[in-house]
Amino acid sequence: MSIANYLYLSAILFTIGAVGVVVRRNAIVVFMCIELMLNAANLAFVTFARINGNLDGQVVAFFTMVVAACEVVVGLAIIVTIYRSRRSASVDDASLLKR
Amino acid sequence: MTTSSNLVWLIALPLICSALLLLAGKRANAWGHLVATLVSASAFAIGVVELFAMLGRDVQDRPVTQKVFTWISVGDFKVDASLLLDQLSICFVLLITGVGTLIHIYSIAYMSHDRDRRRFFAYLNLFIAAMLLLVLGDSYLNLYVGWEGVGLASYLLIGFWNEKPAYATAAKKAFIANRVGDVGLSLAIMIAFATFGDVTFKGIQAQADQASSSAMTAIGLMLLLAAVGKSAQFPLQAWLGDAMAGPTPVSALIHAATMVTAGVYLITRSNFIFDAAPTAQLVVIIIGVITLLFGAVIGMAKDDIKKALAASTMSQIGYMILATGLGPIGYAFAIMHLLTHGFFKASMFLGAGSVMHGMKDEVNMRKYGGIGKYMPFTFITFGLGYLAIIGVPPFSGFYSKDKIIETAFNAGGLKGVLLGVATLFGATLTAFYMTRVVIMTFFGNERWGHKDEPHESPALMLIPISLLSIGSVASGFLLYRNHALEYWLKPIVNPAGEQHLEELVQPIVVSALAVTAVIIGVSIAIKKYRGEISSEAPVKVNLLTKAARRDLYQDDFNESVFMRPGQSVVKSLLNFDYKVLDGLVRLVGGISIGAGQSLRKFQNGYVRSYALMMVVGVLALLITVWLMSS
Amino acid sequence: MSLLTTIGLMPLIAALIIGFLPKLNDELIKRVAFISTTLIAIASIFLATGFDRSQTGFQFTQSNSWISAFNINYAVGIDGISLVLILLSTILVPIVILATWHESDVGRWGSKVFYILILVLETLMIGVFAATDLFLFYVFFEAMLIPVYFLIGGYGSGEKSAAAVKFLLYSLFGGLLMLASIIGIYVIADNQIGATFDITQLAKLQIDDTTENLLFLGFFIAFAIKAPLVPFHTWLPDAAKSATPGTSVLLLGVLDKVGTYGMIRFCITLFPDASKTFTPYIITLAVISILYGAFMAIGQKEIKGLIAFTSISHFGFITMGIFAMTTQGMSGAALYMVNHGFSTAALFLIAGWMIKRRNSSIISDFGGLQRVTPVMAWMFFIAGMSSLALPGLSSFVSEFLVLVGTYTRYPVAAIIGTLGIVLAALYVLIPVQKTLHGPITPGNENTTDLSLREKLAIAPVVAVIIAMGFYPKPVLDLINPTAEKVVTTAGFTDPAPQVRK
Repeated sequence: MSIANYLYLSAILFTIGAVGVVVRRNAIVVFMCIELMLNAANLAFVTFARINGNLDGQVVAFFTMVVAACEVVVGLAIIVTIYRSRRSASVDDASLLKR
Repeated sequence: MTTSSNLVWLIALPLICSALLLLAGKRANAWGHLVATLVSASAFAIGVVELFAMLGRDVQDRPVTQKVFTWISVGDFKVDASLLLDQLSICFVLLITGVGTLIHIYSIAYMSHDRDRRRFFAYLNLFIAAMLLLVLGDSYLNLYVGWEGVGLASYLLIGFWNEKPAYATAAKKAFIANRVGDVGLSLAIMIAFATFGDVTFKGIQAQADQASSSAMTAIGLMLLLAAVGKSAQFPLQAWLGDAMAGPTPVSALIHAATMVTAGVYLITRSNFIFDAAPTAQLVVIIIGVITLLFGAVIGMAKDDIKKALAASTMSQIGYMILATGLGPIGYAFAIMHLLTHGFFKASMFLGAGSVMHGMKDEVNMRKYGGIGKYMPFTFITFGLGYLAIIGVPPFSGFYSKDKIIETAFNAGGLKGVLLGVATLFGATLTAFYMTRVVIMTFFGNERWGHKDEPHESPALMLIPISLLSIGSVASGFLLYRNHALEYWLKPIVNPAGEQHLEELVQPIVVSALAVTAVIIGVSIAIKKYRGEISSEAPVKVNLLTKAARRDLYQDDFNESVFMRPGQSVVKSLLNFDYKVLDGLVRLVGGISIGAGQSLRKFQNGYVRSYALMMVVGVLALLITVWLMSS
Repeated sequence: MSLLTTIGLMPLIAALIIGFLPKLNDELIKRVAFISTTLIAIASIFLATGFDRSQTGFQFTQSNSWISAFNINYAVGIDGISLVLILLSTILVPIVILATWHESDVGRWGSKVFYILILVLETLMIGVFAATDLFLFYVFFEAMLIPVYFLIGGYGSGEKSAAAVKFLLYSLFGGLLMLASIIGIYVIADNQIGATFDITQLAKLQIDDTTENLLFLGFFIAFAIKAPLVPFHTWLPDAAKSATPGTSVLLLGVLDKVGTYGMIRFCITLFPDASKTFTPYIITLAVISILYGAFMAIGQKEIKGLIAFTSISHFGFITMGIFAMTTQGMSGAALYMVNHGFSTAALFLIAGWMIKRRNSSIISDFGGLQRVTPVMAWMFFIAGMSSLALPGLSSFVSEFLVLVGTYTRYPVAAIIGTLGIVLAALYVLIPVQKTLHGPITPGNENTTDLSLREKLAIAPVVAVIIAMGFYPKPVLDLINPTAEKVVTTAGFTDPAPQVRK
């Protein structure tokens, strides 16, 4: 199996994630899609680490995971707070800055 | 050169008095007119003292100067506030203060019922100060200050009753016409400075022979423009008729005896420029001839007594301007006519004022008639003035006008004949319109249409008139006798002592011709106005009369050539400013706002569309990078 | 600390004091403002007495390092022209405060802020005329916009916000061009003589023609907007119409002079060659301004707009005098700046009183005021006469000097400019007739005449207008050496008269 396939998979996962962010309204789903994109990126990093034969990519992947974890904490907290105040988890409802 | 410390008081006294009367306000109502009259009289006294001092000196020492302070000094442009009293200016000083004082006295009675009499006297004193500065300034710039100062005084006095919009408009018109002339004076000073590096009379005279003739012609023409504006000559004469809106003493002092003759003074004073600029002199002559006929024609058709006299003033100043154009020998005669005219015209204006006083301020001569027997004193003095202006010997006008006609004939060749005939024809017209005025006012049927009989004016008004009448009877002979004025002015206006090489026409022949011309004019007028005169102006009249009644269409000309195009320039500039210039600015603003409005639509507040935009952006970036690398 | 800096700081200190005063005690605030500005005016007259007329360099100089990385200094000093302009500013401020005592009462932020703004503005005005460091000048130049913006926007009338924004954007645009030029000249200086913003040093630079022209244009357009010249003028009528009369006096009387002052101090001194290249175009522009402003003034229906356009015409004269490059033109222009300051002050203050009494600024709403309010009418008349440059009043001397100075080098421009004096008669006499003469029209019967406070405010202005018409020598003596120096350093000598003596 060619190692390039990992990159294809990463690209597909990233695209699915991006499309999900754009088309879905539910904040939780959007959030999961973002995670999907991050992990697609991670996959790409690990793959490149393998190709280049060094550990740089893996280090960055770990770094991304940490950042993603932080992001989940903050993001979920925001979503929960918005849900509490608006009884909705739709991202379209949270357009307060525009109005 | 002799110096004197009195000169500044000539100007300062009336100026201070004027400021005092204006600042004191109502408090000065009781005594303001007396102080003003006293001040004017003391200026006259100073003038007389200076005259005798001058007579006591040798000819070359007669002029006196006084440097008051340094006014402007920038680089080479140095102008002192300094005064010069010489043989020419003393004539004017005495005329201005003398006639001025008489008119002050007259005005005490004439304006006694006016609530603003104090203000009137303040303006009169302001005028005296400015006019004295005009004739005493030793440089063109000092003269210019007086020049505009009299313009201001004239504006204030014409518009003295400015509650009437027509009067306020007349004042404005006079000021603006004068300003057109002032452009000429400004430019003349600028050219003189660029040419000589000097603006004093003395400095320019000393170098006059070194300047190029084109520069001299330019200065001459510009000075003429100034004179034309101030002296109501063609084509800037239209304001003078309207200026009669002012109180009658003003018309007598400013618009007959003194201010309007300032143009004659200017040209005479600048004799060294005009003598070096024959082209300019020719234009002076042409303007003079046109105006003397123009004014006379207008005078023949006017029913308003003051406007008829104003037209006559215009015409008489035309004579003076013509004389100044005739070179060194003409100046003295111009000044002589100016002085005699100052007497007889002032006396007639005051007489007209007296008539108006007795006729409830009526000015239309068609509503007069037969006033002679009700106001005998006014009639007699007016009659003396009348005899003087038409040039009946031995009254003053005869000597002065006769000399101008003679000089005109002696100009030589076709020019001389043309000018001579024009001046004679002018004399005929003068005789006609003045006879018409006298007949319509003092003779014939009584047409005033109300029961109140005209009454003679108080003594305070009649005394000044009678003094002026004495002047209008005797001044001509006194100035003419032994060439008194001619020799007096010679060092100033004719230093080379130029004479006519040959007298083309014998003086006695000229006099005979002139008297004949007068007789013709008088008899035509008597024939025409002997019978019943209608109290309404006839409607069916010939074209010339129609034109003359409308001031020979000068107003219509000005309106259609200057005013209306000017108004449309203003209107189109207003449009241009708003639509084009400010429009461009607003366009820039509009584009910014429009761009903001359209870009704003992308900020719709939906997270998903922001995300999409990011995706599109990243893709676009990637594609660009890919395209550029391949 | 030099006396100059002290005087410059005095308004700021006064502003601080006012800042600590109770907000509601309007009368106290006004009194403090008036007394302190009067003291400043006296101090600046004292400054003038200490000024040495025989020297042409900067006096009362002071230089402290400010931003040493770019060699930017707090450097101030005055010569004759800047001195008279500082005098103009410091004398006008107390007059404006006294004349418009109640102007701030109805404003958005009350009188406390109003007087703080005015005082800050005074410091900046002194600073802008005193700065001898180009960067410092720029800072003052731009900082002046801020108080004026708030004075128009917060205390004006009508479309004040729009006018304030228009004024601000116009000025910022000009300032931006100037900033570009300042950076340009700084870079050149850095290459040639080392980093400096000192204007005497900068004047010695050798700049190639194209660059010099571009740098010159950057400065000139900024100043032409400020002055303002046609076609950069459209902000002025709007600003003048909306601003309070007092603000208008400071705006037209002093702030706009920064434009013409800048032309003398920077355009000509720093870029003499480019000045020579552009002079014919600028003279043309100036002549157009003279006539354009006059025609536009004739067509105005609104009294403040009329005064604004007369000023545009007068700024045309000033610019013409500056770029005629003769001592008469230059001195005349500098004197004109002072005279125009006073005569516009008189016009605006009286117009402001008339408008306040009648509650309308449309000229045709007035009529017959001479009978109702003689003192006010006289003052308006004298101010108008000064605007049309009647001999005997101050403007005449300067206008004539400008015309004579221009004629010796550019006769055609001077001749066309002289036509402006006829138009001046029109644009003054038409409103005079409409407001003062004629029958008393409805709405004007009960107008009250000037109060004692108003008389006291206008009296010094009128006194200056008359006194400087008869005896301009003290001011001319201050201006002349500087003006001569500017003309000479630009490489010009007065044209000699045709006839050699």
